[in-house]
Amino acid sequence: MDEFFILVVSTLDATIRVAAPLVLAALAGLYAERSGVIDIGLEGKMLAAAFAAAAASFVMDSAWAGLLAGVSISVILALIHGFACITHKGNQVVSGVAINILVAGLTVTLGIAWFAQGGQTPSLTNDARFSPLIWPGAQAVKDVPFIGGLYTEIISGHNLLAYVAYLAVPLTWWVVYRTRFGLRLRAVGENPAAVDTAGISVTALRYQAMICCGFLCGIAGTYLSTAQNAGFVKNMTAGQGFIALAAMIFGKWKPVPAMMACLLFGFLDAVANRIQGVSMPLVGEIPVQLIQALPYILTVILLAGFIGKAVAPKASGIPYVKER
Amino acid sequence: MSASSGNIPRWVDVGLIPLINILMAFFVSGLIILLIGEDPIEAVGILLYGAWGTDYGIGYTLYYTTNFVFTGLAVAVAFHAGLFNIGGEGQAYIGGLGVGLMLLAFDNSLPLILIVPISIMASALFGAAWAYIPAYLQAYRGSHIVITTIMFNFIASALMVYLLVNVLIQPGQMSPQSREFAETSWLPFMHEALAWFGISITRSPLNLSIFWALICCALVWAFIWRTRWGYEIRTVGFNETAAVYAGINPKKIIILAMCVSGGLAGFVGLNEILGVHHRLLLNFQLGYGFAGIAVALMGRNHPIGIIFASLLFGTLYQGGAELSFDMPKVTREMVEVVQGLVILFSGALALMIKPTVERIYAVITAVTSGRRSAVEG
Repeated sequence: MDEFFILVVSTLDATIRVAAPLVLAALAGLYAERSGVIDIGLEGKMLAAAFAAAAASFVMDSAWAGLLAGVSISVILALIHGFACITHKGNQVVSGVAINILVAGLTVTLGIAWFAQGGQTPSLTNDARFSPLIWPGAQAVKDVPFIGGLYTEIISGHNLLAYVAYLAVPLTWWVVYRTRFGLRLRAVGENPAAVDTAGISVTALRYQAMICCGFLCGIAGTYLSTAQNAGFVKNMTAGQGFIALAAMIFGKWKPVPAMMACLLFGFLDAVANRIQGVSMPLVGEIPVQLIQALPYILTVILLAGFIGKAVAPKASGIPYVKER
Repeated sequence: MSASSGNIPRWVDVGLIPLINILMAFFVSGLIILLIGEDPIEAVGILLYGAWGTDYGIGYTLYYTTNFVFTGLAVAVAFHAGLFNIGGEGQAYIGGLGVGLMLLAFDNSLPLILIVPISIMASALFGAAWAYIPAYLQAYRGSHIVITTIMFNFIASALMVYLLVNVLIQPGQMSPQSREFAETSWLPFMHEALAWFGISITRSPLNLSIFWALICCALVWAFIWRTRWGYEIRTVGFNETAAVYAGINPKKIIILAMCVSGGLAGFVGLNEILGVHHRLLLNFQLGYGFAGIAVALMGRNHPIGIIFASLLFGTLYQGGAELSFDMPKVTREMVEVVQGLVILFSGALALMIKPTVERIYAVITAVTSGRRSAVEG
């Protein structure tokens, strides 16, 4: 029982840590798509932010400088995406692909030029990272059965950015459903002509949404290189931007369900790492690759309409042209 | 297509504006090379010599070009139907799986003359099958093809890792690779083929699949512009509603276009598995599927354009690899940067300079016609 409890707690703890950047990136995608801009460049923005954050943290020896750099570069990339898709009505998917490929190359190129370590950044000391925050009393209640384990492992002991990720969920819910900006955001993704008729600038709204998107992706990338890891490694996002995109779709473009999807995908990841080579009762050994592919498979099944119906914002992917 | 294209002649629209877009991409690439402290002009010189200066370099350049032609054609065929196939990566991977499975089954029992057509069919079938599912879901269930093809890239990758680690791995080996195929089943390298005619060139991975790539260009041209299917594909891509009124079933056309597209991407497996590696291995397709998007955009979805764009990217790949020996700071990843910038400028920002060019052209025509009327007057 005790061993099993420790296993459960450590799995949940890992789930929360793995899901945090996914939550941030999924919310970032949510802002973009709710405004009518498809963003498959989440991956690229996260990767760029991860690199910038690690580089700035190392040079300035401060995690906050890293966060600033990460968020700035991600917002700039989001604005480039906006410039192409909103101002020049370019193809949103093409623009996203361009940003992903550009960043994948640029981070390594600059990494080699600046740090000469094969595309990595030097590893960060603890001052230059976001370290785990130990909540008051965590050590004291550690040995209390059940509640102690839950409190010390699952609630306490994560880094600041992880808490930011989970706080961003209710915040996003409030922004999207309870503010004037949120109402307009949802409207511009469904029917931009109506928003335009009401005298509100579609362009301005979509740019604002892209800034929100870039901001959140920036935190997600910073989390990867300065909180979860101690430095940048080539292609360290490894598809997490796409998993976040899948999670956003899986959560049907809503904040709380998107977070749940991220937690589910994070849980699958945590489980995959734990059952590698372990034979399960009844089914035998489950291939790790199957569990790793499950987020993608589940998303395809959802999109196919076999588990509920995923309906994207109506105007997403379509540039808005005033006066046809 | 757009209403304003009547203001400028065709050569400006299809020649000058794309050229300016690409030059802007190269200009920004040059700035980045300057930023990391190297000389861009010198880099271009080394790059061109590395790609075209020796027969060894040319061999590599054309070998890369072969892959780009396949994935470029794949993206282009889907584009003609108005579909964005960014699953070329996964389709190429699974196409290679098809070739590998055929070879593992028949390499010792069949002659090369049968191995080649079987491999071509296997790579096309497997690639097409991997594209069929997203196509079906788009046509009949309304799932967004961009998202599903992205998902299928990752699913393909997981599937291949599983198969190579657990099923197809050569017994007693640590690295996830299949056994090597019998040497009689290898597609001849170019240096071997030319040796039959007494011409001797340096060894390179270039093999006979480049001829298949050229044949595919001709076939795709004929398919898109000279067959009923191609006509229907272009009609659906241009206006799906009008296509329905013309009696075309867009659902069937979506599936047709995606299967052709997937099959073409699958041919990367032909070049890599049958032509070069002679065994199944991981990540042989890495990057070519995405590069196909840049190739198709630059080549304006036309086979001739795709050949030129593929040569350009082949040059960048091979020249970039050589460049990293002379300029350690400029690595293969710099090519990715150029690729990303090309997609950005000639894809996403394709329309950015058009209004400016139109305005300049209007001013020039006004000035010249004004001068002419002044002379006449």
